[in-house]
Amino acid sequence: MTIINRQGMHARPAMQIVEISNRFKSGIKIRKGSMVVDAKSIMQVMTLEAVQGTVLVFEAEGADAGEALNALAQVVAEKFQED
Amino acid sequence: MKILKGIAVSPGVAVSPAIVLDSEELVISRRIIAPAEVEAEVARLHAAVEKSVQELTDLREKVSQTVGEQLGAIFDVHQSILNSAPLREEILNLISHEHYGPEYAVSTVLRGYGKKFLAMKDEYLADRVQDVHDIERRVLRHLIGERRQQLVNLQSPHILVAHDLTPSQTASLDRSKILGFATDVGGRTSHTAIVARAMNIPAIVGLETMTAEISGGDQVLIDGDRGLAIINPDAETLEKYRLYVQEAKRTEVDLTSLRDLPAITRDGHEITLYGNIEFPNEVTACLEHGAAGIGLYRTEFLYLDRDEEPTEEDHYEAYASALELLQGRPMTIRTCDLGADKFTHVTGEALERNPFLGLRSIRYSLRHVDVFKTQLRAILRASVLGSVQILFPLVTNVRELRHAKMILNDVREDLAEEGVAFDKNIKVGVMIEVPSAAFMPRQFARECDFFSIGTNDLVQYTLAVDRLNERVADMFTPAHPAVIGLMANVVNAAKAEHIEVAVCGEMGGDPLYTLLLVGLGVDVISTAPTAIPEVKRMIRSTSMRQARRVAKKILTLESDREILAYLTEVSRTILSEAFGPEEEEEER
Repeated sequence: MTIINRQGMHARPAMQIVEISNRFKSGIKIRKGSMVVDAKSIMQVMTLEAVQGTVLVFEAEGADAGEALNALAQVVAEKFQED
Repeated sequence: MKILKGIAVSPGVAVSPAIVLDSEELVISRRIIAPAEVEAEVARLHAAVEKSVQELTDLREKVSQTVGEQLGAIFDVHQSILNSAPLREEILNLISHEHYGPEYAVSTVLRGYGKKFLAMKDEYLADRVQDVHDIERRVLRHLIGERRQQLVNLQSPHILVAHDLTPSQTASLDRSKILGFATDVGGRTSHTAIVARAMNIPAIVGLETMTAEISGGDQVLIDGDRGLAIINPDAETLEKYRLYVQEAKRTEVDLTSLRDLPAITRDGHEITLYGNIEFPNEVTACLEHGAAGIGLYRTEFLYLDRDEEPTEEDHYEAYASALELLQGRPMTIRTCDLGADKFTHVTGEALERNPFLGLRSIRYSLRHVDVFKTQLRAILRASVLGSVQILFPLVTNVRELRHAKMILNDVREDLAEEGVAFDKNIKVGVMIEVPSAAFMPRQFARECDFFSIGTNDLVQYTLAVDRLNERVADMFTPAHPAVIGLMANVVNAAKAEHIEVAVCGEMGGDPLYTLLLVGLGVDVISTAPTAIPEVKRMIRSTSMRQARRVAKKILTLESDREILAYLTEVSRTILSEAFGPEEEEEER
């Protein structure tokens, strides 16, 4: 997924990612190049430095993995209700 | 190991655990807890986090109502960081497995993230370091609470790291436990710099990110000679510095044996060596290092370390206490040199485009006659307590000198009328630190009793280089032929008019230039006390004939590099000759 909102995935978007991820039982990871972080850790998500245009790979493992990825894809596509 | 470069404002080297002082004076020390304490400490952490979260809820409510939803949302982020399970786990791990105290654990984890943000290219994200700090402070406040460690009660030596030090913070310091200072902001005349020099401990300011890079308890090495702060230095670096300090100590011991010997050349010419001070109590250090008096008392620090304009009594008391310590030895008081990089709340930070070319120093005094008169009255009153001279800084034309002398005369008349005693023959000198004055020194020499060459400003104005601007600071050198040519011109004029000439800038304290200054014919060298012994050793190692030859040769050289190379070479030869058998003969 590409981060398309202007300010990138700064504090508030990161918070949304974490909130959504925490709703699911699956383990969720976000990969940026060689960097992998836990999507349930706000500090880790913020340190991704995902500015506008960054390509992120979301990986979920568990019973509700599909739902989790759908929810995350939606919030990224909606530009975190910003812009 | 991490090396930061700042501005060296007080020399020396110190290694110690850091004590990090933030703006709220919270002190985070590296505390290791006993395994039995883990449970209680973890409970303390949870309580502090819960209180912080509650506080954030209230704060969010209030801010949303008063300022707006947008700003309130920031506290949502803070809350969600504090509630983050992975983050808590990281902190808990440090407590239960590493046995860190909770304060230190919180600080270590959050500062670790802070550093990551700081390293980011995106400015907005890099600024998130502020949020991380804010969260850290909030939790620490709850954790430390009444257990707040007072700086007054330090158990062991530390190096104090802070964003900036306020006068009230330094006032409450247990000075015997502080080995050095390192701050993010500040310049040569910042409060930190002044206090460090007065305490004779190393200090570096302007390190910019020091407080963010360091955690309390980290080892830190302060190199106040080169302006380096090294966080968690490796064994190799520590060893290198151990040898460096050992060497410096040995030289210091060698040099203190020179204290009571005169600063006299081998062929019998005596040079007067004085010390520079900012506070009266520094007189002691000057005398200990063999100063024959004070050649430059920088009085502006009277204005900088208090909240109100100093009264005549404040001035008088400061001068009187310095004179008492001097016991009859001479003291040159420079009138207030405010402006440019030194401001008081009294003058206010005037918005000048070019403060170094602005209303500073004597210009300021002539514009604020009342303030000037207050100081002159105090100097004159103190003049009967010892041997006092007055020095006017930054004089650029003869009219200014006449104007200043006229005001001095008014003050004399007032005192005479009031029947107050003062030294009627008090000498008045001009500080030569602007090229205009150095170009036409004879005109000034005819109207004053002595010169004092202020090399720092003379170099800065002659070469158009701001030495605090790191992008051009390497161009700042007193070895530029134009600077030396101007100095020769000033010394010659002083000789022709039979007045004394002193050098009081940092050039005077660098033994590399001693031969040149002596050879040019400088009568007095006034410098930081710690530099006096080395300068004296240089003087005692040479002869006037030799120094004159060196100065003559230097005046023919065309670049600062040639001059520095020549001075380095000839100084080394002279010192090695002097430490041969002849020096031993002298001592017998």
